[in-house]
Amino acid sequence: MRPLALLFALFWAFTVQAAEISFPPLTGRVVDQAHVLSAGAVRSLDQKLADHEATTHQQVIVATVASLQGHDIAEYGYQLGRKWGIGEKDKNTGAILLVAPTEREVRIEVGYGLEGTLTDALSRAIIEQRIIPEFRAGRMEGGIIAGTDAILGTLRGEAPVQPVQRRGNHREDPGEIPPVALIVIFIVFLLLTRGGGRRGYLPGVMLGGPSIWRGGGDGGFSGGGGSFGGGGASGKW
Amino acid sequence: MRRFFVVLVTAVALAGCGVNEVPKLDEQVKAAWSQVQNQYQRRADLVPNLVETVKGYATQERETLTQVIEARAKATSVQLPADITQNPEAFKQFQQAQGQLTGALGRLMVVAEQYPNLKSDQAFLSLQSQLEGTENRIAVARKDYIDAVQRYNTQLRTIPGRWVAAVVYPDAKVKETFTAAESAQTAPAVKF
Repeated sequence: MRPLALLFALFWAFTVQAAEISFPPLTGRVVDQAHVLSAGAVRSLDQKLADHEATTHQQVIVATVASLQGHDIAEYGYQLGRKWGIGEKDKNTGAILLVAPTEREVRIEVGYGLEGTLTDALSRAIIEQRIIPEFRAGRMEGGIIAGTDAILGTLRGEAPVQPVQRRGNHREDPGEIPPVALIVIFIVFLLLTRGGGRRGYLPGVMLGGPSIWRGGGDGGFSGGGGSFGGGGASGKW
Repeated sequence: MRRFFVVLVTAVALAGCGVNEVPKLDEQVKAAWSQVQNQYQRRADLVPNLVETVKGYATQERETLTQVIEARAKATSVQLPADITQNPEAFKQFQQAQGQLTGALGRLMVVAEQYPNLKSDQAFLSLQSQLEGTENRIAVARKDYIDAVQRYNTQLRTIPGRWVAAVVYPDAKVKETFTAAESAQTAPAVKF
């Protein structure tokens, strides 16, 4: 071992951590720090998210936060995702539905590995078509549930929302991924086997990323170590 | 036996003060840099479609559109030397060219706000969300790069890393980093 280097690394991690945003602990698949969900909704969302992870190995998390602490929601979102380490390590197959009721902002934060299926355009369509109408009507819980269903549906390939509504529109959506990519992604999912075991708390250096504390909830749930690069979309209501 | 002991102590001491840190951190900088380039490339790839879409509605905005096209051409034509991350001139050029494209795109999106038909065009909305997403990814990639360079430069400039580098990696040079938030340098001027 290299105690000196380790000591420096720890010191560095602490100083950096102290200067950054403070995030709520990852207590489960639904983290309701802003208290906008009923106990029943938390249970049913948690069940859906757990089922989704069991079949696809993709981790989708619902998080409501009390405050963005003055940060841009996009900045808060990817750092939260990295801190919690949502998604499988190396595959980065995680996504977070982030709701900040105080700032009236919502974001779907998409991990590197899911950017092909849950594209920016689709994330925005989900926010604008499913989530914001409910939020505007004062139904926070309804919006979060509708948004989660749309995210999971999109990830399963069911296309619950369309980025381009065909109203005799002559232009094709130019940014969509080709079907081959979808097939490749599907095969990748089939090949995935989840690394078992609980991960430690020591900072792991990700390729091209800063040291990250792996989040670990005490409720037997923790992030798989996935990383985020700013994919997704945001909205206000 | 004694010689063996000296070698062992030296090896442990070297490992302890991080003889591998320089190449390790160098690799992280390289990875972060390629991510920065990827995201800028991704943005450049979005521009032609965006320009075509806007052209269909905002015909009198020739000037803004031309600026975007020219800025893109300039940003993609800049020849990047292999040592760009430690070449202050080339790095500055790259940053300026990309900053100009950021500014031109920013102005284009402001102009687009004035065309209701354009704003309700689904192709435009889709491109707009992709552009927003890409700008966001660029911001993340830049921050990761800045962090990686900071770690690398700190290793090279502080003791004991500095001594180790001077002996083992005499060619290692301090790397360039982004100077300010991109938007801060190229904020579009408000005209009346």
